[in-house]
Amino acid sequence: MSTLTTNYLTPTGREEAWRFTPLKRLGGLHNGTFKLATRNTLALTGSAPAGVTFERIGRELVSAESATDDVIVGRIHEAASEITVLKIAANTELAEPISLHRLAGGLMDAELSRVQLRIGANAKATVIIENSGDHLLAEDIEIICEPGSNLTVVSLQEWDSKTIHAGRQHAIVDRDATFKSIIVTVGGDVVRLLPTVEFKGQGASVELLGVYFATAGQFFEHRMFVDHLVPNAKSRVNYKGALAGQDAHTVWIGDVFIRAAAEGTDTYELNRNLLLSDGARADSVPNLEIETGEIVGAGHASTTGRFDDEQLFYLMSRGIAVEDARRLVVRGFFNEIVSEIGNAEIQDRLMTRIDQELEKAGAQ
Amino acid sequence: MSTLEIRGLKVSVDTENGPVEILKGVDLTIKSGETHAIMGPNGSGKSTLAYSIAGHPKYQITGGTVTLDGVDLLDMTVDERARAGLFLAMQYPVEVPGVSVSNFLRTAATALRGEAPKLRTWVGEVKSAMSALSMDPSFAERNVNEGFSGGEKKRHEIMQLELLKPKIAILDETDSGLDVDALRIVSEGVVRAKADNDLGVLLITHYTRILRYIKPDFVHVFADGRIVEEGGPELAEKLEANGYAEYVSK
Repeated sequence: MSTLTTNYLTPTGREEAWRFTPLKRLGGLHNGTFKLATRNTLALTGSAPAGVTFERIGRELVSAESATDDVIVGRIHEAASEITVLKIAANTELAEPISLHRLAGGLMDAELSRVQLRIGANAKATVIIENSGDHLLAEDIEIICEPGSNLTVVSLQEWDSKTIHAGRQHAIVDRDATFKSIIVTVGGDVVRLLPTVEFKGQGASVELLGVYFATAGQFFEHRMFVDHLVPNAKSRVNYKGALAGQDAHTVWIGDVFIRAAAEGTDTYELNRNLLLSDGARADSVPNLEIETGEIVGAGHASTTGRFDDEQLFYLMSRGIAVEDARRLVVRGFFNEIVSEIGNAEIQDRLMTRIDQELEKAGAQ
Repeated sequence: MSTLEIRGLKVSVDTENGPVEILKGVDLTIKSGETHAIMGPNGSGKSTLAYSIAGHPKYQITGGTVTLDGVDLLDMTVDERARAGLFLAMQYPVEVPGVSVSNFLRTAATALRGEAPKLRTWVGEVKSAMSALSMDPSFAERNVNEGFSGGEKKRHEIMQLELLKPKIAILDETDSGLDVDALRIVSEGVVRAKADNDLGVLLITHYTRILRYIKPDFVHVFADGRIVEEGGPELAEKLEANGYAEYVSK
């Protein structure tokens, strides 16, 4: 038993937010029946460039920037004794991305990791977080974008097959700031991520992009919430997933809330799923709640389909064997988003991983 | 010297009301260097003939044979037929999102040649194939057929014909949707491929205008799923003057 004192209600699976998640496979993260690890595995790759600090700070020195109604995030806020803080000073422009990665973890006990990324006013940077190995991890990343900043966060879940990862990536986006999130989930047993956005100032713009590929038995859930609290903000969501193999299960939830004050909102969300075999299940639920009609635009689309026979026929009619044709189509499907990462080495690595997932699926 | 031989080909498609026979016994022989025009009214089964030979899964072969140099094509998968030397230029080329033209062409060339083409010579090959068809070099970086105009799609098909060097090419209404300039450019590509590779061509068309650029050796009139009349180039002129009325009413 963990020593947590949280009063959060333990989810039963009947709650809207938990109805898709296999609670029994969460390693006790949802009900506190895990053993709390003392490790903090998030590390900076290389050294911090000028204008950037990476440090661990006692929790009493950092105020929580955001509220949460997620039980796991609540547990993290209560339990994590230190917060890992990456700060990019105002007006800093970084040509090279800042890379973070996770050191060896483990499955015996649970790491509750609390992280803040803060980018100062008018600064511009890309942060890449690389996750690999086997972890039992609950993680809350708060991303604070100060006015006029421009931040891209690339989060790579290239986990090994037993990882249990529940987390939130919550962006607070101030006036005229631009935030782009790219979340890639291609590994793990259960991964449940909450990319959420809270607009704090007018004129801000957010893009939430994601790709996921689940094979037999894997469960990947991405549940966004974009909260348009202020006028004249723009949000775009585009998630693409592939599934193959028995009981591969993905969930995409796109909640967008346009509050009464949020006149001039411009939002569009899109989720596409490619079902590559029988026995897999993709849940896709876009949800738009609108309290004002004075908006620029609000829309959503969701599709789930199989391989397009016409595409395969076209490629094969040029001599390309069926496995290669499938690989081309799947790579092409993901390319739209993977190419946004802007790092050739990572993009190649992900495409190779996607090929491997497809091969694994083909062998089943 | 290659020969595509079609004998007694019968093809059906599944509909809500059960299978419907589209091709009712087609006989046709095409040899290297020859150009055969198949002309006929809409709905006569011309495209079905093209797609059946290429192996589209929608069409069920219910009778007859198709061989290329004596080897049974109908027994092969779609990609095997292409590797045997068959090419189909499609009337409606398919969009493949996220796959660049250059990646697609290189993958196809690798499959057809059995090894990846040497990068140095390949880049030059693609460039000259593109410029021969008055295509901008930026074309190679676009996604296959995505957002292409009708004319761009057809140029892209003929560029593949020139690069991939098949033995026998079926051109399915390559002239449709082309303006006069594009028709000339695309036709010149076909004529070049014939001259360079001794290509045999099966040209499917509704109109005679493309035949001014690509001179047929044989003209076959297609109606109601079979060839109803055959002749030389003069037959095309007769069709130009009289239309298909006499064949349809039969």
